[in-house]
Formats: sequence, structure tokens, C-alpha cells
Amino acid sequence: MKNKLISFIVAILFINFSLVSIVRADGHVPESKDTIKIVIMGYSGDNIIMQIYGELISKLGYNIEYTPADYIGQFAGMKSGDLHIGSPGWDTTAKDVMADAWGSETVLNMGNIGISVFEDWWYPLYVKDKCPGLPNWEALLDAKCAESLGTVETSPKGRFLEGPIEWGGTGNLRIEALALPFEVINAGSDAALGADIVAAVKRKEPILAWTWQPYWLPAMYPGEFVEWPEYGDGCYDDASWGPNPNKTHDCGNPTGFMWKSAWAGGESIWPKAYDVWRKFTLDEKTMGDLVYKSDIDGVDTMDVAKDWIASNEKVWSEWLK
Amino acid sequence: MEFKKYFQSTFFFLFLFLILSLIIPKFSIFENLIELPNDYKLPIASYISSITKWLIEDASFGIFSFKELTRALGSVFDAPSIFLKGLLATGFKYETTAGNSVLIQPLPWISVIFIFVMIGVWLKDISLSIFASISFLYVAFFDLWESTMITFASIIIAVIIGIILGMFLGILSFKSIKIDKILTPIFDFMQTMPVFAYLVPALMLFGYGPAAALIVTLIYAMPPMARVTKNALEQVNTEVVELGQMVGCSTIQMFYKVLLPSIKPRMMLGVNQVIMLTLNMVIIASMIGAGGLGYDVWQSLKQLRIGQGFEAGIAITLVAIVLDRFSQKIATRKILYTHGERTIFQKYKLVIVTLIVIIFTWLIGQKFSFLITLPENYTFSSGRFWDRIIDYININYHGNISLVRDFFFIYLLKPFKLFMLSAPWFLFVFLVFLIGFKIQGIYLGLKCSCFVLFIAMTGFWEKAMITVYLIGICVLLANIIGIPIGIIASQNERVHNITKVVIDTFQTLPAFVYLIPVIMIFSVGDFSAMIAVVLYAIVPAIRYTDNGIRQVPQSYIDAATTAGCTKFQILRRVQLPLSFPDIMLGVNQTLMMGLSMLVITALVGTRDLGQETLIALSKVDPGRGITAGICVAFIAITVDRLISAWSYKRKFELGLA
Repeated sequence: MKNKLISFIVAILFINFSLVSIVRADGHVPESKDTIKIVIMGYSGDNIIMQIYGELISKLGYNIEYTPADYIGQFAGMKSGDLHIGSPGWDTTAKDVMADAWGSETVLNMGNIGISVFEDWWYPLYVKDKCPGLPNWEALLDAKCAESLGTVETSPKGRFLEGPIEWGGTGNLRIEALALPFEVINAGSDAALGADIVAAVKRKEPILAWTWQPYWLPAMYPGEFVEWPEYGDGCYDDASWGPNPNKTHDCGNPTGFMWKSAWAGGESIWPKAYDVWRKFTLDEKTMGDLVYKSDIDGVDTMDVAKDWIASNEKVWSEWLK
Repeated sequence: MEFKKYFQSTFFFLFLFLILSLIIPKFSIFENLIELPNDYKLPIASYISSITKWLIEDASFGIFSFKELTRALGSVFDAPSIFLKGLLATGFKYETTAGNSVLIQPLPWISVIFIFVMIGVWLKDISLSIFASISFLYVAFFDLWESTMITFASIIIAVIIGIILGMFLGILSFKSIKIDKILTPIFDFMQTMPVFAYLVPALMLFGYGPAAALIVTLIYAMPPMARVTKNALEQVNTEVVELGQMVGCSTIQMFYKVLLPSIKPRMMLGVNQVIMLTLNMVIIASMIGAGGLGYDVWQSLKQLRIGQGFEAGIAITLVAIVLDRFSQKIATRKILYTHGERTIFQKYKLVIVTLIVIIFTWLIGQKFSFLITLPENYTFSSGRFWDRIIDYININYHGNISLVRDFFFIYLLKPFKLFMLSAPWFLFVFLVFLIGFKIQGIYLGLKCSCFVLFIAMTGFWEKAMITVYLIGICVLLANIIGIPIGIIASQNERVHNITKVVIDTFQTLPAFVYLIPVIMIFSVGDFSAMIAVVLYAIVPAIRYTDNGIRQVPQSYIDAATTAGCTKFQILRRVQLPLSFPDIMLGVNQTLMMGLSMLVITALVGTRDLGQETLIALSKVDPGRGITAGICVAFIAITVDRLISAWSYKRKFELGLA
């Protein structure tokens, strides 16, 4: 009785496993079957980029795993080789960390994705009623405008809601340089920042806050970025530059790019996969459409990535060559 | 004579302190007295940075380096959770010799639910089976199965290690006062240092992934187990021990047959805490590669999908409650001894049936994918339901709500904050010395004032003062609200059951789930942070008070009843004084919990020491983070030492010690 049962189980196991085996159809044989760990952070745009890349190299037969990690923390992971392919780092928020990582020779700069990023002071359109003259920054000098943007913490000054302090915002310096009647309040995380802005927009309360592009928030709610004296070389370190001859930071934010990083040790283990990552680029229009699909239409980022792969074979087949 | 008495009272000094700290900053010559002058500050942060750097890069035992040792330890810790993760969530992948990969699917949800139902049957508690089934069905139908199983696999290991290690350390510190003296401050550090402070070294030493997450979780979740174990052992009746000695128990017998059974009910509080705190860490753990439900919550809230975040948060809470209730039941089950011979099949009937069903469903699961993950059109989501509720409150009631916030801000938060920031550092050192001196003597006074002096020397004085201000208000509120609720819960079974569910929810529901709606309504700032901290820190105030009063031996209450006490008199004269040590342990834990929430307040945007650790994390500066973390721990230790010295004094005065 017992023996029969065991042989029955063994038989079923055998049948089952032989049926579920997966055969790679692609011609490329990966150099190593070791799992490539690809960082995902939970932002739709970055997730889509990483998932397009991940799905492409799994077509080449690599074993991959999407590892959730923190934006800044991922660089420590790549340094020690625990994470292999990093989520894009932005010039505007992770310049120091990236420079530190690339300088250590354990993390490679894999080039620019081709998407420029932009971050600055943003307001919903109805703020223009209170502060006529916007988007020109001089409209913010008006005390009434500032007061309408204030809260109990900052009154009578206006409130400028900046991102987490560790993002290295320069709001305080700009306020000082341009003599704006505002006070900086830092949100501690992107989630808190987004929650505060969206709630204010929903109750039509004036708000002035730090936002960036590409991001779902400015895409979802009508608003504009404040126009500052345009950033030029020297604005941040040469006081004589710009409208205020005695202070630095009297200008808007510099724009920057999204950068690809990877653990240096992986180059020799999965050369082909690294080659694909180097070649990987997307243009801003495509990125915008993909993010829109995910954030506004609510499509899962993985499905967005797979759809893109299905309809853009021409683009990615170049990278896989 | 009258004057001398007056002079001696602590209140006089407090009053003097208040006056002095209000007057001194008014004079401009004293302006730079608020903080310690820069020349006297020590570069503690850079010392610590070099030590960590040395530890990570150069420390070596000759044959292998320190980092290799921790990495090896990490992979030992990893192994069981990787296996469980494969079994429950991702399946196993094998490479055949032909170069094909074979995927063995994970256990289907039906089998997992069946296992829990059978454990419920084994414990003779069908309601547990039903509760577990409903919880897991919720998870499956809300499309959270895989995440939940990943979380489950990683935390179950942390919980088991936490309980065993905690118990062991608790026994050690009970046995030897010396060890206790060493361990107590270490536990304080472990519980109060914000996670971000030691995240970078932990990641470097243990690698990015489940192992580091496990270590970080253990650091935070294990100490309550050790504390509770020690506390429980101390409260064992000497008669019980004497009985054990009389009947001739060996040391081991004494422990297993006498001590352990008599401290079991109290110890279960520790087990409960380990489970709750472990689940509390899942969001942070997900930031360093553990994935699972924590990642789901974090991702949803980043995109302000409150409903989805809430669904995943509830799943975390359900996992916690299921684990907690099962562990409580296993610990308190009554073993029935049956007479007569039983065959192996009779003895292990349940195990055999369960195994057969598991193997059968697992095999079927290989072929029918709906058993592994439910197809999308069978799962559902509350969608934007919760978001709409928040929107409704936000749009319609924001005016009134913001009045409350403004009131608190103007009359409580702002004045207190300004006061803390304007009081000179040496007055604080002096005040702490005086309080310590008044309570116990010169030694305690010196010890505590040294801690405060250290904070002044690190250069984080301003941030430390904001921390004291914010957490001080929160802990005060948490105790003012929490202790009365605990007292009521101890008197009334129904209130007890309701509060138990509510506080379990608050302790395990990731703070972020309710914090983001709080921010939407109250906007970024100290007030939002305060709500989150109070909601979290209130839990131990309620739990320890309730538990403490319930542990008062029935014989005392019977005696009081015979003496003709009313119910209120029993509470006031018998139950409250006798549970005083437990309540004070609760106050202590409120403070610890409040300080551990600095991680969360930093994510809201308060300018306290929590923020300092977050900045250090982004600058990859372990020294700065750890120094800020040490400041937090010193604040905790100072207050804790003063409170416990005072509570000891009170106990002595009441004749309880």
C-alpha cells in the first residue's frame, strides 16, 4: 500500500516536471546562468525602463531578478556587488552619490539614457489669480501673493514646499538671493511631498512646491513651473553672476540627465547583458507616453514594458545585436 | 525651615530652570551659549566613520576578514528564508543537464490555507482556522498572494530567531547582574537608534538583500523579548522557586519545569512584541531588497494610490495577527494525556492527512496556474474607494480640521519648540544633574548629565532639542490617553478584546498607510508627525497597563473583596500599585517606540535627529548617521534611567520593593 503510494507520487512528479520545462527559443547562449539583479524602486518611469531592459535580456537567456531597493541605497548595493544593474540616477537629485559611486571603481557609469530631467518650483494654474504675473518669478515678490501661499507655520511669509532635505535643494539660498518673502518647509519623502501637493490642489488651495519632470504629478494636474533667470555657468559659485551681484543661486535650477549605472564586476560575467545596457536609450516623448500610460491610465508597469517591447522590435533589436 | 524645604523640592529647580532659560537668551552676550562653542565640539562623527570603514574594509582575523565573516553569517541566515520563499512564493528553478530550466511551482494558496486550518484543528480552536482562512483568502483575492508569501517567508525566520535569542539573553541578564548591566544599554541602543543610522554599515557587511533586512529587523525587534523575559523571571514568586528546590530540581529542571511554565503568560507579551515589531520593519526591509508587501505599500503610496497601499497594509496586519494568535494559542494549549496504546497513524493522523493534501494540491498546482495565482478577473480591489473618502474629508472638512491643527500649533507645539531651542545647553546639563541627584544621588546625576553633555559635544544640539520637543509631547500625549484606556481594558473583557485588535492594527499597519492620508488632511509638518507618533507610541501604554493589571494575582483581589473593598478601591489600592512596575515598563516602552518613530517623522519632514540619519544615508556617511543615532539613544537612556530610578524609589516608598 505504502510503496504503491510512493511510486504513484513519484510518477506524478515526473510527469509534471517534464511538462513544465521551459525551453529557450533564442539563439544566444548566456555566458553565465548567475542571476542578474536589476533594481526597481517603485517609480513608474524608472520601473518601466528597468522592466524593458530586464525583459529584453531575459530574451537572451539570462536569469534575472527585479530587486526592490531605495534610490540612494542602491549605490551601496552596487558597490558591494549585491545589486547589478541600477535604476537611473538623476543629475538633479543624486549627483554626489553617483559621483562617489563612479569614483570608487566598483560602479560603472553606463552612460546617459537620453532623457533630460527638470526640477523646479511648481504651482497649479489657479495660483495665478492670487499672484498675477506668474510664471515670471517677480510675481512672488508681492507680499499679498506670498501671504496667500502661507500657512500657520510660515505666516506672514509664504510657504515653499521643498523635497526631502537630502535631495540637496537650494530653495533657502534662492530665497535669500532674490529676497523672496518665503520660507522653506521640507517634505520628508516624495510620498509626503506628493500627498501635500495633491491634497492642496484638490481643495483649490494655493500651493508652491518642488516638482520634477517626467513625473505623474505635473502630468495629472494643470500647472506651471516658475520661470527664473535662466541658469548659467557661475550662478551657483560666482556671486557677481545674475540679478543679485552679492549672492549666488539667483537663478533657476540647472537641468540634467538620467544616468545608467552598473556593478563593475558584472562586466566580465555577463558581457552581452552589459553591452545591451550601454546601448539602451529612450527619447523623452516615448518616456512621457509610457509614464502616462502607467500613471494616468493605470496600466501595470510590467504590461507597459511588455507592450513597448512587442511594438518596437526595430528599436531594441539594434541593442541586442 | 519652610524655605529650606521649599528649596529642596525638584519643582523649585524646574521653576528656576524655566526662568533662567527664558532670561539668559535675552541678553545678546549670551547668544552663543545656546549651543556649545565649536572649539569644544569633538569630531565624533569622523572617528566613527573611520572605525566603520576599517571594520568593513580592513578588519581581519588573519585567515578571513571581518566582512567575509559577516557575509558568511548572512548567507547562513539567508538559507532558510530563501528556501521558504521558493516553497511559498517563487517556486524552484532547476537547470537540467540538457540546458533547459525546469520550474517547480510554489505551494498553491489552497495548500497554505489548508495547513493553517489543520493547525487550528490541532489546537482545537476552529475560530482560529476560520480567521486564518479568511485572512489568506483576502490576500489571495486582493491579488497580494505572492507578496504576502515573500513577506511571510522572510519574517517567520526573523521572528523565530528573535524569540529564541531574546529569551536566551533575557535569562542571561536575569542570572547575572553584570551581564544585565552590559546588555541593558545595548538593548536601549538597539531599540532607539533609527534604522537609517546603521543601514549603510549593515548593507555593506551583510549584503543587499534578505540577510541585511533580517539583521536590521532583529536589532529592532528582539530587545523587548529579552526585557520581558527578564522582567517575568524577576516576578516569579519565591515560593515557586523554593518548592522547586524542595523537591530537588536540577538547574535545567528548575528552568523547564518550574520557571518557564510560571512565566509563560508574561513571556507571551514578548513574543507578541517580536512579531509586531518584525512586521513593523517590513517597509524599511523592502527598501533594502526584501520585497514583498512592504514594497507594495511603499510603491502605492509613492504614487498616492492610497487604496492599494491600504490593502497591502491590511495584509501586513493580518499576517501579524494570524502569527500572533497562533503563537499565543500554541504556547497556552493544554496537553491532554490519553491512556492506552495508539498506532502511529492515530497519533499523527492530522500530520499525515495534511501532508497528503499538500502533496496532492501541490501536484495539481503544477498544472493549473489558477491555484498558484488567481487570474486577474477573479481578483478585486477596493480601487479608488479609500482615495474618495480621503478626498471627501479633505475637500469638505479641511477648514475645521485645520483649525484644530492651527490651535495645537500655536498654543502647544510652537511655544514648546521655541523654548527648547532657546534654552542654553549648560542649563540642560545642570537640570538633568539636579533631577538625577534629587532622585537617587550624585552618581545618577553625573551619569545622566554626561549623556547630555555628549550630545552637546557632537554638534547636533539643535536637532536633539527638536527631537526632545517633538517626542516629549508625543510620549506625554500617548501616556495621558493610553494608560486610562489600558485601565478600562483591564476591567472590561469586551473593551479588552476590542482594544487588542485596534492596537495590534496600529502597531503593524505600516505608519505610512495612515500617515499619507494624515498629510493630505493636515499637510506636511510637526502636527502630522505628532499624530503618527502618538498613534504608534500609545500601543505599549495601553498594552502594558492592561497586561500588568491582569497579572495581579487573584488571591490579592479576593482578599481585598473579603475586606469589603469596592471595585474602584480594588483598582486604586490593590491593582494599580501592584501593577506599577508593568505600567512603568509601558511608559518606558512608549518612549522607545516614540523615538523609534523618528525614522517615520524624518520621512514627513521634521528637522530632528531622524532627518540627520536620513541625510547621512544619502551622503553615505556612516559616522554622521551613527552619531545622530547615538544622540537619540542617549536621550532615551537619560530619560529611562531617571524614570526607572524614580519608579524604584516610589516602589520602595510604597513598600513594594
